[in-house]
Amino acid sequence: MRKVLMGNHAAAVGVKLARTDVVSAYPITPQTQIIEMLNDLGESGQFTGRFIKVESEHSAMAACLGSATVGARSFTATSSQGLAYMHEMLHWVSGARLPIVMVDVNRAMGAPWILWTDQTDSLSQRDTGWMQFYCSSNQEILDSVLMAYRVAEQVLIPAMVVYDGFTLSHTYEPVDVPDQKLVDEFLPKLENAYALRPDTAEAFSALPSPKEYYRLKARLDHDMTRALGVFEEAGKRFEEIFGRRYRLIEPYRCEDADTILVVSGAPASTAQAAVDDLRKQGCRAGLLKMRAFRPFPAEALRDFVRPGTRLAVVDRNYSQGHHGIFCEEIKSALFPLKSRPEVYGFIAGLGGGDITPELLKEIWKEADEGRADASTANWMEDAR
Amino acid sequence: MLELRFHGRGGQGTVLAAKMLADVVLRSGKGECMAIPEFGVERRGAPVLAYARISDGPILLRTRIYEPDVVVVMDTAAAPSERVMDGLKPGGTILVNTEHDSAELAKTWPGFKVIAVPARQIALKHGLGTPAAPVLNTAVIGALCAALDIAGEEDLEAAIRGAVPIKIEENIAAALEAFAFIAERRPHAATRV
Repeated sequence: MRKVLMGNHAAAVGVKLARTDVVSAYPITPQTQIIEMLNDLGESGQFTGRFIKVESEHSAMAACLGSATVGARSFTATSSQGLAYMHEMLHWVSGARLPIVMVDVNRAMGAPWILWTDQTDSLSQRDTGWMQFYCSSNQEILDSVLMAYRVAEQVLIPAMVVYDGFTLSHTYEPVDVPDQKLVDEFLPKLENAYALRPDTAEAFSALPSPKEYYRLKARLDHDMTRALGVFEEAGKRFEEIFGRRYRLIEPYRCEDADTILVVSGAPASTAQAAVDDLRKQGCRAGLLKMRAFRPFPAEALRDFVRPGTRLAVVDRNYSQGHHGIFCEEIKSALFPLKSRPEVYGFIAGLGGGDITPELLKEIWKEADEGRADASTANWMEDAR
Repeated sequence: MLELRFHGRGGQGTVLAAKMLADVVLRSGKGECMAIPEFGVERRGAPVLAYARISDGPILLRTRIYEPDVVVVMDTAAAPSERVMDGLKPGGTILVNTEHDSAELAKTWPGFKVIAVPARQIALKHGLGTPAAPVLNTAVIGALCAALDIAGEEDLEAAIRGAVPIKIEENIAAALEAFAFIAERRPHAATRV
């Protein structure tokens, strides 16, 4: 049934439909409504998961670490500094191979005080061993929570569902809320063979030798790469059951495109409209939507690009003194190719600045006409 | 696509008004809809903005609205007349909560279609809020549905029933009264863009 939901409520409904066993979280804008709604659903008996109250985000992730260790499907949500405060626990959770799902509602990092969105919070957690999936609509938020649990539990790697603060989190639009029966079919009860049982004596994450540690990390890396295929399979199954298909990268009108906008999150939706406008003007424009950041779909990207096409990568995030973070990753993925497309990096919309169709069209033209500097990040904003 | 901007005050239910409009559109089955709060820290009494988009097809734009087709003024004191016109498309519609009449107000905003609705009066009559802080979003939505031909009374009633947590019958009565107020003055009705 379709219902008008804000992004945060779409996430909460997804967590409920996933029959999540344990939720632990600490409030932070713009995430808080997810947890508030789960509490309301708990009070009215519609959500039966246990809620663990904690005094910080670090403790929230620690609580999820404990619940996931005993095989409970676990969830938390945070934003910005709250995510940063979890940082050391994020490494621990992926190292312990616990399939926790977390929502990060993108909020720019302070200082200065800032409420609005950019992706620097989630992308700063690049090397923590978590998967990261980016959403462009409220429907994708609900669906991505279900997809994330399925993939995480198959490869035993935690997953982050990421979306734009306010632009999605607080914006209302119709969302198709699937039937519980169909969700149960897509996402069966978690059976983690490595869960801690009261009747067995096992030590978890105890001190290994360097050789064992090295091999455990190699296995994690191998499974992270394997997750690319698992995601595609989950996407196919999702489509069979719910009629919507999700892929790691999603091209739009790229067949004969000279220059392709590469965008993630909510601006990827706006970019679709920008590409339609450019096409109407006779420009050969396309869009590549990036859904996955970890695992990074490097091979899919190499198969997708054609020599002679230009990529205009729009990053709502940055690595100070260097590039936008998606741009860096894309350049690195394309480096093994003998004949590489030109890649231009653009920084836009930091701290919630609007990424409008006008701005996206300007970015496209800067790249298409070769005016942008390929050697550095190009900073562009909509002056309104 | 029809793009709307709402001007109100924190506590008046401005964001909820935009959300209820989306509910009505979904209920009517006439198209897609999106309601967007102006992202910020909510403070009671401070000027608040919200936006809504209505379209026959999928809505891809995820931005603020800079050039609305319609501006809804829930509180004239929260929105100076020049801010109301800011970016409003030529010939665009201004729907105002006021006890003055449309012709009188039209002088303030030449070149636009001005529609007056006594939403405050209607809300208070049905016991919604207090004279100092009337809750007039359901009356405003009722007026909008009639003025922009968004939905009929049945869809309006059903959407409000599903959207408001308290005083459901009072809210429905206010919405239907405002709907009727505008419907009786149809010549002012705007056409969908």
